[in-house]
Amino acid sequence: MGVILELHGITKRFPGVLANDHIDLDLREGEIHALLGENGAGKTTLMNILYGLYKPDEGEIYVNGKKAEIHSPRDAIAHGIGMVHQHFMLVPVFTVVDNVMLGDEYVRGGGFLDRRRAANRILEISKQYNLQVDPFAYIKDLPVGAQQRVEIIKLLFREANILILDEPTAVLTPQEVDELFKIMKSLVAGGKSIIFITHKLREVLEFSDRITVIRNGRVVGTTTPQEADQSKLASMMVGRQIEFAIEKKPAEPKEVVLEVRNLKVLDARQLVAVNGVSFEVHAGEVLGIAGVQGNGQTELVRALTGMQHPVEGEIRIFGKVMTHASPREFFEMGAAHIPEDRQRDGLVLTYPVKDNFILNTFYKPPYARGIVLQQPAIAAHAEELVRRFDIRTPSIFTELSALSGGNQQKVIVAREFSRPLKLLIAAQPTRGLDVGSIEYIHHRLLEKRDEGCAVLLISTELDEILQLSDRIAVMYRGRIVATVNAAETTKEELGLYMAGMQPETLSLAQVVER
Amino acid sequence: MRNLGQQPAQSLRGFFIFLEEVRRSPLTVTFLAIFTGLFLGGIIAALSSEPMYEAFRLSVGEGLKAGAQAAWNTYRALFLGAFGDPVKISAAFASGDWLQINRALSPFFESLVQATPYIFAGLAVAFGFRVGLFNIGAEGQIFVGALAAVWAGVFIKGLPALVHAPLAFLIGGLGGALWGFVPGWLKAKTGAHEVIITIMMNYVAFRLSEYLLTGYLRDPNKTTPISAPIETTAWIPRLFPDPNRFHWGFFIALGIAYLVYLLLFKTTWGFELRTVGANPHAAHYAGMNIVRSTVITMSLSGMLAGFAGANEVLGVNRNLGVAFSSGYGFDSIALALLGNSHPLGVVLAALLFGFLRNGAIQMQLTAGIPIDIISIIQAMILAFIAAPAIIRTLYRLKPPKEVELTVRSEGETA
Repeated sequence: MGVILELHGITKRFPGVLANDHIDLDLREGEIHALLGENGAGKTTLMNILYGLYKPDEGEIYVNGKKAEIHSPRDAIAHGIGMVHQHFMLVPVFTVVDNVMLGDEYVRGGGFLDRRRAANRILEISKQYNLQVDPFAYIKDLPVGAQQRVEIIKLLFREANILILDEPTAVLTPQEVDELFKIMKSLVAGGKSIIFITHKLREVLEFSDRITVIRNGRVVGTTTPQEADQSKLASMMVGRQIEFAIEKKPAEPKEVVLEVRNLKVLDARQLVAVNGVSFEVHAGEVLGIAGVQGNGQTELVRALTGMQHPVEGEIRIFGKVMTHASPREFFEMGAAHIPEDRQRDGLVLTYPVKDNFILNTFYKPPYARGIVLQQPAIAAHAEELVRRFDIRTPSIFTELSALSGGNQQKVIVAREFSRPLKLLIAAQPTRGLDVGSIEYIHHRLLEKRDEGCAVLLISTELDEILQLSDRIAVMYRGRIVATVNAAETTKEELGLYMAGMQPETLSLAQVVER
Repeated sequence: MRNLGQQPAQSLRGFFIFLEEVRRSPLTVTFLAIFTGLFLGGIIAALSSEPMYEAFRLSVGEGLKAGAQAAWNTYRALFLGAFGDPVKISAAFASGDWLQINRALSPFFESLVQATPYIFAGLAVAFGFRVGLFNIGAEGQIFVGALAAVWAGVFIKGLPALVHAPLAFLIGGLGGALWGFVPGWLKAKTGAHEVIITIMMNYVAFRLSEYLLTGYLRDPNKTTPISAPIETTAWIPRLFPDPNRFHWGFFIALGIAYLVYLLLFKTTWGFELRTVGANPHAAHYAGMNIVRSTVITMSLSGMLAGFAGANEVLGVNRNLGVAFSSGYGFDSIALALLGNSHPLGVVLAALLFGFLRNGAIQMQLTAGIPIDIISIIQAMILAFIAAPAIIRTLYRLKPPKEVELTVRSEGETA
């Protein structure tokens, strides 16, 4: 296997930060090369340099042994380098064909688009690499996995040989992930080479040929799945030993804290998003809500935190009806909420760190006396939380937007955990965070459970759900299709529920199989 | 910063760091925008002077000289109009005659008189900005405030001055508050955009004032549509004898600016309002009441603008004619922007506008230079504030802080 791409001593400085420090990397023809690192390690910076979005301060790029000058994505494509971004670059109201040709249109006489010829080309590609998609479907009607296939077809349409996939599995169901890896195998079998960016260790070990780990902008080392295991990769990534199996005492569920009966909630388009959901959460247990994103979890959480009122059903906390309560009334009942979209809902990015700590308690003593804010008390509170939760910030007066994603999330966790809690609703609490922060937040969640707090954990990460939950409810299309005991289930079983299979049909299918 | 570390002398390094900080400060942009606007204004003053073109016929050098002379004349007249003539002032002080001193200083005080409604109206718009609301209706609120104040000044009789003047001032504020409440309430209840509603409310206010001034409020002894003079008990008192019109309204404005500052930055109410402005989603999450904040903010904003109208009626004109405001409300949008929506910034920007406006009036009267030059200068200053990229490129300033910070957080390890 020849080397198709070589990066030599790539260095990129941002004011005050060395994002890439003399990075060397080589990609062999027909391999899947995983680029592994925490958020902020410099993976994305490196790939943006390769794709022509940033200009490196030092270093050279060689494609097929020849030095390449890449100043724009156009140059990158000309050298056969293509990238699938984490957030897809598709026009939802266009068809697959139109999206694929966008910027590289097939034209017939008179300046008309030649959709037929483009569609044939797409069908050819999809046959060759097993990328099933209907060229005339609209993007907005396609599931996420199919949209991702369209992104890949876009690159192949432009004859890319080097494919960069930036966190491609973040948005997929377990089944879609398997599908993606099949496609990646057939791509490399067809002679393409893939750089695969991720921070998920399991995927790296299962699907890549070689692994390069980056930390603090430097290459820590290159290894293969045969030589490495999860804990070795994790310690390379973080620079210290990481505990994987969280030690979890058996739950001691006590009285019912949160009780939900027959809840019905509409989404922003006034369609039914949560359709008759019932469950309860006891003190001292973690109830995990699993499910592919967009199956009503967001609306369920909004209803359970007072941010949106349900159209039917009932919510009780300690027996008190909270169905139409406001967020503040939920907080006053001892509930805490770690919101799904932390930058949108959970934080004010233009505020200093200290003000973000009092977002939902600012009106109460000791932070206010009457209507006058008590700055000394606010500052003291902030200093204490920064120390106790090990938040990395230059000072409590620093604007929150200057903090890394992990530290921003720690600000929310610190704020919500600093009150006496009876009920914790945590939505995607570790989304997009690095291994170190995930470990930290998981420990804190279980600590709260052991203190006797009722925890409702909503996550699309199956590993997380399995690790933390005592019971697991799976949501599909606004309903809870199954509730299982965490100790007695498997990832595969949950995956099938997440795809809409009912427990009854599941057992039937198993019988038939046998 | 890396290469700065190689500077040999420690003090030199300190100086460079200072320079870096100045180059990154948003205030630098503001000051350079004002400077650039004034500089370009000088060029326009030169270009619009006949003698310069005559002089260019003689030689290029003469032409440039004449152009510089024209710009100098403009700014000299502007300065004398805004601050008074230093020669006259020192002569007046030397003579020790109070009347002469008063007369010599009156241009300076007249600038403060011009700045006063700007402070009120600028606070009104800035207060809305802080809560994420665009109150384009300050002009209309000024009109309604003035109408309410003049009503209280003319028709309430027999009160002592100590009660009547504050009452009339407050009634003016309530008139403005009513005009701000309507769009706030409509936004909260129906989602109607406050920009549209406040603009439309402006027209209603203009026509309403014409209607009332030709009817109910009209002075029957006058042929023009103008109100009767207000009772002297409703006057905001002046501090000096004529022609100096300086009155207590200026200090009321400063006091209210300080109150707005306290409200916004020192109280729980202000915290809630600012949070709604900075991130309404987070405010909703944290249990804040966005509907209430919207209505309260628009009402208070309208009240501040209403004070501007009351101030003009009770402190300066002592009656109300048609079209009396001449654009304070619209200028105040720009002014709030210039002052970075901070009460202190608003006061400073209002002073700048007051000095420019008064200087321009005097400039036109004494030197015959068209007042429109000042509008152009103001427009250019604001364009530069609104498009800081121009100023940054012009003066090779560092890019804004936000961009670096996002990059930094990406390149940082957690």
